[in-house]
Amino acid sequence: MSSVNYNVLGLIFASMHDSYVSELTKQRTMGSIPFGGRYRLIDFPLSNFVNSGVSEVGVITKSNYGSLLDHLGSGRDWDLARKKGGLHLLPPYSQTGGIYQGRLDALSNIWSFVEHSKAQYVILSNCDVVTTIDFNPVLRQHKDTGADITLVYSKSYYDGEKNQSTTILQFGEDNRVNDVMVAPKISGECNQWLEMLIISKDFLKQIVSDAASRNIYSFTREILQNRNSDYKIMGYEHKEFFVRIDSVEGYFAANKMLLDSEKRKALFKNNLPVYTKVGDNGPAKYGLESNIKNSLIADGCIIEGTVENSVIFRGVRIGKDTVVRDSVIMQGTVIGSNCSITSIITDKNVEVSDEKVLTGSETYPVYIAKNGKI
Amino acid sequence: MYTKKKVVAMLLAGGQGSRLYALTKNVAKPAVPYGGKYRLIDFPLSNCTNSGIDTVGVLTQYQPLVLNEYIGNGQPWDLDKMNGGVHVLPPYESQAGASWYEGTANAIYQNMNFIRRYDPEYVVVLGGDHIYKMDYSKMVDFHIANDADCTISVIDVPLAEASRFGIMICDENKKVIDFVEKPKEPKSTLASMGIYVFSWKKLEKYLIENENDANEKRERGEKWSKDFGKDIITSMLRDKQRLFAYEFEGYWKDVGTLDSLWEANMDLLSPNVPLDLYDKSWKIYSRSSYMPPQYIGDNAQVENSMIAEGSCVDGSVDFSILFAGVTVEEGATVNYSIIMPGTVIKSGAVIEYAIVGSDCVIEGGAHIGKRPEQVDNRDDWGIAVVGHNVTVSDGKSVEPKQIIGENI
Repeated sequence: MSSVNYNVLGLIFASMHDSYVSELTKQRTMGSIPFGGRYRLIDFPLSNFVNSGVSEVGVITKSNYGSLLDHLGSGRDWDLARKKGGLHLLPPYSQTGGIYQGRLDALSNIWSFVEHSKAQYVILSNCDVVTTIDFNPVLRQHKDTGADITLVYSKSYYDGEKNQSTTILQFGEDNRVNDVMVAPKISGECNQWLEMLIISKDFLKQIVSDAASRNIYSFTREILQNRNSDYKIMGYEHKEFFVRIDSVEGYFAANKMLLDSEKRKALFKNNLPVYTKVGDNGPAKYGLESNIKNSLIADGCIIEGTVENSVIFRGVRIGKDTVVRDSVIMQGTVIGSNCSITSIITDKNVEVSDEKVLTGSETYPVYIAKNGKI
Repeated sequence: MYTKKKVVAMLLAGGQGSRLYALTKNVAKPAVPYGGKYRLIDFPLSNCTNSGIDTVGVLTQYQPLVLNEYIGNGQPWDLDKMNGGVHVLPPYESQAGASWYEGTANAIYQNMNFIRRYDPEYVVVLGGDHIYKMDYSKMVDFHIANDADCTISVIDVPLAEASRFGIMICDENKKVIDFVEKPKEPKSTLASMGIYVFSWKKLEKYLIENENDANEKRERGEKWSKDFGKDIITSMLRDKQRLFAYEFEGYWKDVGTLDSLWEANMDLLSPNVPLDLYDKSWKIYSRSSYMPPQYIGDNAQVENSMIAEGSCVDGSVDFSILFAGVTVEEGATVNYSIIMPGTVIKSGAVIEYAIVGSDCVIEGGAHIGKRPEQVDNRDDWGIAVVGHNVTVSDGKSVEPKQIIGENI
């Protein structure tokens, strides 16, 4: 598993596509959105790197990154508090001032960090695509094919009406990418880019410095779309489960997907664990009349009521005779007794007092903001 | 190089825990799982951190592999310190020769150099097999206020149980007048909790004296021992040193036996037991298992239980504690039981009033334990126990009080 090791630098764009889930990113950034009961979205790319043996990771932030810094700390919980390599937080400011607009100028801003790394290859990943992947076979294929860029993609169903950020790839006969569409209004089985790629550091340097001199910043538009005939851009098919967080409804659905045991097994593999900040909570505790069906429940919860088809994050309290259905209840939420909660997302530390009835719809959940009191 | 510390804690973790039988076959007693996500040693280690004690020596001897790996660099308890921190102290070979720890006092004696490096005023001596939350700094303050040489933490126990403990007889100022180990007719109900605060210089003197005395006795072929309760405390009392009893109020449970281990777990499910694992001001820390949240399925019935991360329950769980990564399949029943990490309970299996060790497989038709009312003679009833890594096959049963250490 350690073949990648010091030869590869991991870079995570922690703030890519924040605007698609603006409610959730009001007080945080994409990477620190809570997900799956006990995680933040950045845990998935970070764990993918660590499990692939990449032990030098840079996290490129943009805005609202306080909660992200709080979550990551020194990187210890991902085993990335290292003397060699380890975790590096890269603030968004350029030497010329201002915040970056796209991947290329973000990379230009932080280039001295990349330059300093001894790695030969760089793997880029976002936080808005949740999947579990071992990068070693991707790197092997990248080397074997002699590609300039290898994009990780999934051949799966795409709905142009729902998905607003997906990049669709098409391949020519030689398996090179020959067409790239961003959020096309089509539907059907498509090659969806998972916003991850491998590139050599030298080639990336060439692209980034060239882009800087031309004042262009969009990697997707300027490189993938405009230069795919000049550069050898290949695809690596990732055949496992993934989910893209590109709307609040999508976020809601993505959490509930984890109630499906096959999807859970694909995301949480014994040999590729997903690491996260340790919470030091007690185990979940169920009361005398609790009734739980088809739900994912994290540590530190005390549940005395009924929970069905829901994802309950760490340290949630659910009172007696309360029924929580089809909901995503984030960490620290306290729901009193005799409440009825259906199709709701509560953000962190929401308080719902006794006897409240809150109802959203399956396809359009009601979102209750952080620290809200009802 | 070593900054002086006011207090250093020494944690006696070498005990074999032989009365836990199959559960301590390959692990030291302090590493025995407890409460869904803890090991016994999490309690004294977390108490140290929460009490502001950042230098802890852990004395190991018996089956140290799992315990050493678990403690690691001490990071989960915030005891990975540049100066101080947690240090595992196994027996070692010196120029005078190698020797196993020959008793609790000898274990500390052999590690006096560890303590001397920090030049402490006080040494707190702890056991690794009790469940309790205690602020040791208050006990140290009590020790200082009394100008004591040794302070022993005591708990008031029912008179009927007093003969199981080391009993302190005190005057009205809580000064210890006498100490009797497991008295037949107890004169007091203040039981020693095995937690001591010593003024270090005094302890050092008595450790050396005890060591020399015991060695001389051994040479003469007499009975000797190197024990805290039996020797150090007794000698100090004989010499009219200032010994005080610090009365602890709160939950404290000795988990020396299988029954008490089961009870201590069940206590967590009782609303009347004052041991709160959800109190943010006094967290009990443990090494995390990196598992996803638990999944409770469509067919599950989960009531009055504690379940840890990574578990998958589709059967019936009532009055039970499930550790990380336990699977209870549809149609399996777990009542009044403790299921340790990674164990799989297959569909149709019934487990009641039992402790099942880690990484076991309980096949469909297996039946482990019985309810007390199912046993004609109540003396025949007790907890059924399955050790670690055991497979119990379809149709097999484990009777109350039975302990299974091998596949059946």
